This record gives sequence, C-alpha cells and structure tokens, in this order.
Amino acid sequence: MTPFARASKYRRHKFAGPVLVVAALITMGSAFSIASALPSATKMSAAATTTQIAEGKKIFASGCSSCHGLNAEGSSIAPALIGVGAASVDFQVGTGRMPMADMSQQAERKPPKYNAAETAALAAYVASLAPGPSAVDGANLNYERDGNTAQGGELFRTNCAMCHNFAAQGGALSQGKYAPTLMGVEPKYIYEAMITGPQSMPIFSDKTITPAEKLSIIKWIKAAQNEPALGGATTGRVGPVTEGLLAWLLGLGSLIGIAVWLATKAR
Amino acid sequence: MSQKERIIGGVANYVDERTGAAKWLNKNLKKVFPDHWSFMLGEVALYSFIILLLSGTFLTFWFDPSQRDVVYNGSYMPLQHVQMSAAYASTLHISFDVRGGLLMRQIHHWAALLFMASIIAHLLRVFFTGAFRKPREANWLIGVGLVTLGIVEGFLGYSLPDDLLSGTGIRIAEAILQAIPVVGSYIAFFAFGGAFPGHVFIPRIYTVHVLLLPGAFLALITIHLMLVWYQKHTQYPGPGRTEKNVVGYPLMPVYMAKAGGFFGIVFGVTAFLGAVASINPIWLYGPYTPGQISAGSQPDFYMGWLDGLVRMSPPLETHAFGHTISWNILIPGLIVPGILFTGMALYPFIESYISGDKREHHLLDRPRNVPNRTALGAMSLTFMMVSLINGGNDLIATHFHMSINQIMWMSRIGIFILPPLAFVITKRICLSLQRADRDLVLHGRETGRLVMLPHGEFVEVHEPISPEKAWTLTSHIQPVAISHVTEDANGVAKPKALINKLRSRMSSANAEQAPAATISEAKELEGGHH
Repeated sequence: MTPFARASKYRRHKFAGPVLVVAALITMGSAFSIASALPSATKMSAAATTTQIAEGKKIFASGCSSCHGLNAEGSSIAPALIGVGAASVDFQVGTGRMPMADMSQQAERKPPKYNAAETAALAAYVASLAPGPSAVDGANLNYERDGNTAQGGELFRTNCAMCHNFAAQGGALSQGKYAPTLMGVEPKYIYEAMITGPQSMPIFSDKTITPAEKLSIIKWIKAAQNEPALGGATTGRVGPVTEGLLAWLLGLGSLIGIAVWLATKAR
Repeated sequence: MSQKERIIGGVANYVDERTGAAKWLNKNLKKVFPDHWSFMLGEVALYSFIILLLSGTFLTFWFDPSQRDVVYNGSYMPLQHVQMSAAYASTLHISFDVRGGLLMRQIHHWAALLFMASIIAHLLRVFFTGAFRKPREANWLIGVGLVTLGIVEGFLGYSLPDDLLSGTGIRIAEAILQAIPVVGSYIAFFAFGGAFPGHVFIPRIYTVHVLLLPGAFLALITIHLMLVWYQKHTQYPGPGRTEKNVVGYPLMPVYMAKAGGFFGIVFGVTAFLGAVASINPIWLYGPYTPGQISAGSQPDFYMGWLDGLVRMSPPLETHAFGHTISWNILIPGLIVPGILFTGMALYPFIESYISGDKREHHLLDRPRNVPNRTALGAMSLTFMMVSLINGGNDLIATHFHMSINQIMWMSRIGIFILPPLAFVITKRICLSLQRADRDLVLHGRETGRLVMLPHGEFVEVHEPISPEKAWTLTSHIQPVAISHVTEDANGVAKPKALINKLRSRMSSANAEQAPAATISEAKELEGGHH
C-alpha cells in the first residue's frame, strides 16, 4: 500500500475539509507574517537611518564641513567624502583621527571626539551620499576562530611589514608621514583600514586579500601584540638601533665604569 | 718544607729540567704593566672574543647552515607549518627547543656588539693618545685589520639565521658587490652561485664565519698581544715615567688577578644582557623571502654608518658602453669606506711624514697636546656619527616626529659641513686647554678665596700646584714645524717643490701650539710672585 493510497483513504474523512482549511490558513498566515516582517524591519531601520542621517548631517555641518565642504564635496585642504562609505568614517572618527587636531602631515590616532552613536550617525550620513564599504561590526569578526596565525604572519610580512615594521610597531614614510603602530588597535579598525586604505595606506580589496585572510592578519597582529617578551626586555621591537644603543650605554658603559673602579682600586 | 711544597717543587723542577721554563717564567711573570682604566678597553674586546668562541661553539651544535626548504614544526606556534630554510628553522629550534639555546644566542649576539664596541673604544683610545706612533705602527695596522674583519664577521653572523632582516642585509651586500664596475655582476654571481638568493650563500658564509675569520682573529690577536708584550705597554706621562721605563705592577700576581676578575665581569655583563634583554628576535622577523621587507630594516651598529651613507646618497647612475655604474651605491658603499679605512690604516705614517717625527714613543700624549690629531679624530668621529644617525633616520623620524626627508637632507649637508666644523672647534678647544694648563702651571690653582689688600684691591688667591702635577703638565715635547726649504746649500732648487711646500704647510698646522710653560718662566714668576 503506497503512502498516497494511505492518504487517499482519509480523503473522504469527515474532518478532511476543516483540517485542510486550518493548514491552509496556517501556511498563508505564516508566509504573510514572514513576508511582512522583512519589509517592516527594513522600514524600521530605514526610519532610524533617516533620523541618523539627519543627526549625522548636523554633526557633519558643525564638525567636518569647514574642511570637507558643506556637502562633503571636499576642498583644497581635505578630500571629498562622497563614496568613501561608512567604514571610512567609522575608522577615521572612531580612532580619533578625524577631526584632525592640526594641519600636520597626517591625522594621528587619539581619543575619539565623538561617541559611538555620533560616529554611527556621521557614518550613516556619509554612506547616504553615495554607496561605499559599510562599517564593520567588531562582534562579527571572529578572528580567533576563523583566522590562521601563521598564514596571517606570512600575509602581514608580504603586504604590511614594509611600512608597519616586522612586529607591527609602525614605520616612517616620506615627508613626515608614517605608518602607525598597530599595537592596541581594535580588530574592527584594522579591518576597516584594510578595506578603506586611510591616508597613505593602499586599499586591500577582498580580491587582493580575502575576508578570511584579513582575519588571519588580525589574528597574527594580536598574537604579536600579546606575545610575552620571549627573550627578555624587547627594546621596542624596532631592530638593531636600540640594541646598539643598549650595547654601548649599558654594556660598554658599565664595563668602563668597572674598569675605572678596578684601576682606582689598584692604587 | 711541607709535604705540599715538596710535591709542587718536585713537579716544577721536573718541568724546568726538561723545558727550561723557570727562567722564562721568572722573567715574564714579573713583567710590569702600567695601570689605567683606558688600557682595559682592549681587554674587553679580548674577553668578548673568548665569550664569542665559547657561545658560538655551543650554537654550532644545533645550527644547520643550509638553505634547503623545510616546513617548520617546532614549538613556536605563529610560524607553525610555514615554509622556511633549514638555517632559519634550526635557529628557531635553538631559540625555543634547545635548553638554554635562546640565552646562548643572545649572549653570542650581545658579546658580538660588545666586541665591536670595545674595539672601537680601544681604537679611539689608541688614536687620541698617540699610542700608534713608532714603534707601534705595525700593531696599529693589525688593529685596523681586526676592526675591519670584525665588521665583516659580525655581518656574516647576523646573516646566518636567514630571517627577514638578515636576508635584507645580504640583499644589500649583493647590491654593493654588483655596484663594482664591470666585474660586479660576475663577483655577485660567484658569491651567490647564481642569482640571489640561491642555495649556497649561507653554507659558504657559515664556513667563513666559524672557521676562516675566527682563525684569522686568533692569529691577529696573538700577534697583537705578542707585540704589546715585546714592545711593552705605553704609559701616560707622569713623574718618574720616561720613554725608557714602564711604571706599573707586575703581571703576577696583580694583573693575573685583575685580568681574571675582569674576564669574569665581562662574562657577567654579557650574560646579564643575554638574560634580560632581547636581541634580534628572529621569530618575529619571519623567514626570508625576497618578496618581503620590514620597515626600519637596519644593520647592527658597526655597519650602521655604511647604511646611513647609502641612505643619504642621491640616485646617481650612468650608463656607458652597455654598462651601468651605480654611483649611488658605489660611492657610499665602497669608495668612501675604502678611503676611510685606508686613511685610518696609513695615519701613523702620514702623521710621522707631516711632523717629521721619527723618534720612538712610549709615553702617551694627552689629546690636548696634539691639537691637530685630536681635531682630525673628532672630525672623523663626526663624519661617522652623521652617517650613523642617518642610518637610523626612519626610527628618528617616527620617534621624534620628524620628516625622514628633512633628516636625510640634514645628513647630506651635515656630512660636508659638520666634520670640518668639528675639526676647527676641537682644535680651538685643545689650544684653549693648553693655555689653561700653562696658566695652571705658572699661576697655580684658583682657590676661590678673595683677599682685600691693604690699599683696597681685591685679588683671588692662587695656590701653586704640586710639582708632580706641574711635571705632568709640562713634560711633553711640543712639535716643531718643518721649515720649507726651496734651495739646498748651493742655491740649487730642490725637486718636488710643490709636495715639499704642502708638507711644510701641513707641518706648521700640525705644530700649532700654545707655548707650554717652561721652568725658567715658572722660576721668573716665582721670584716676583704676588
């Protein structure tokens, strides 16, 4: 006896009609509720974004427009922000680089001027001008789980160390510009820097370095940052310059001191 | 005679009857050496060399000087499964999987830095005190050879682990080889057994680093010390010290104890540094691949000036007859160091030629009493310091918030301006110090006590200095300029007039002195002293 034959046996059951109606109602209802729930969520966030954008526009007008122009169109001293996306704003404002403290060669990392909500508003406003990379949610970056330290190290040495130094301590660029140290930088900002290429940094698109590889890089940077001083005091992890200083000052310095003492003792 | 004495005496007698050692030992164990802290700088170099031999031998037990590809599988997690050379993998193994390996590696590297630093300090002491003068010119040459070999040995040493930094250094060495006109590319191909990086360079430099150069060091150091022994040690001027004697303490027991103790101290300082301070953390650099480089790649300090010179050189290149000549590497990488080291090696002969001084010297100069030499030394040091500072220009730029371009331009200008300036300033300071010495001898020490004379005049009371001190300040012989003779006794013009003129002018510059106080002057003043 086939299942169909079994079902057909109940086809003329007295409850067949009502059961079918209920089942149809449940199907229709839940389909409708799912279908209606999706746009309504979008609508809600759209409503939030509208206020956010307005809020962001206000902050932008008071805090950013003097350099970047009233409509983020840029000026002779600052670039246009149309199309840079929320990620760029989140990085620049979230790490305190923007607004700049002074017109130096490069915006430096400092305590942020705007709080998280204000930064999000600014990001929403700039993102509303033209599409661009969206901000990264730090909670979604599970680099500890998804990254590979050794692979990240290889990628870091190939793509990042030439400016940021072998141990991510930062390095000099031309004309007073510099690649900052990556010690203590939040993972999401490292990620955003890679996708937006702030200041002198190139953009590492997802084709150049895949999202998974980006997580590996972050994992390696964090491993380097948290690595205990394996050989003793690190002298800054900047190579032989500080080692040479230490050899002369502490090494030969103390030995000369002892030599003077020994020569005095003999008299 | 106790039992012990009888046994020792028996053994000593046995040895002496067969070798005749007693007479030799008796003479040499009593050999007198002068005492001064600055005479111990060379000792530091010697002791760090011994430490280098010992710690280096330890490292060879595990180091695999091979560029064969391996996949790392040791206990340092961030490099797990990374492809690397066996040289790098074995250095990681020494650092993390050999008991005491990292400590030994760090001791070896710190001892190397200390070795070079103490050699340089020793060289400066010998230069500024004129210890290189006759009869010690040969020992000066050996010393110059040692410092040159030391630079090479150090470079080869930190090139061996095949980490990212050392590979970068080798790459630059290859570039310098290639910059030699015409034959450069052939020499580079020969050294690397083909194209860079190849597979033979590290095995080759390993042999040079652990066999050839240490052997050369041992030979040169032995001759260096034998000459010190044979020619006797120089001493600072002072009462009772002449060109014919040595005032000091006997080797046995004073210097045996001091030298033994000092060796222990040098070992202690090196071990302390190795234990508390990280040096060359190769695991952070990662394995070398030609496609990678780190910002702020610097050589160790004794190569730093060379790097600084290369960094400041403008991009000059000429193409002629199908050959490229990279002046930007050739000049700072080969020509300038060549001139510097040749000049340093020849300096004793140059000075003797200029001053016409062919006497033997066993008493050292006080640097102020030879203003020209001291100023030349300050000039060379300034040149080196400007180069060295430019070698770290990127770190200075980031740490002092400066522009790397500004530092480079300051170095480019400074390398020409500052050394002559240092010469002039140092020479003036030396002459002023000579005048101060003269005042001290003739008028005594300022006591700071003011006395009012009966007629109301205030004078500061000067206290005569001790005769010993007066002797020390006045006993040196001041150089006399060679006069420029254009004709001989018969009125015939001498050949090489231009060279002779140049020599006499250099000689008079060399002889520029504030007149030293003489005994008659002192007596004259004493007679009518206030």
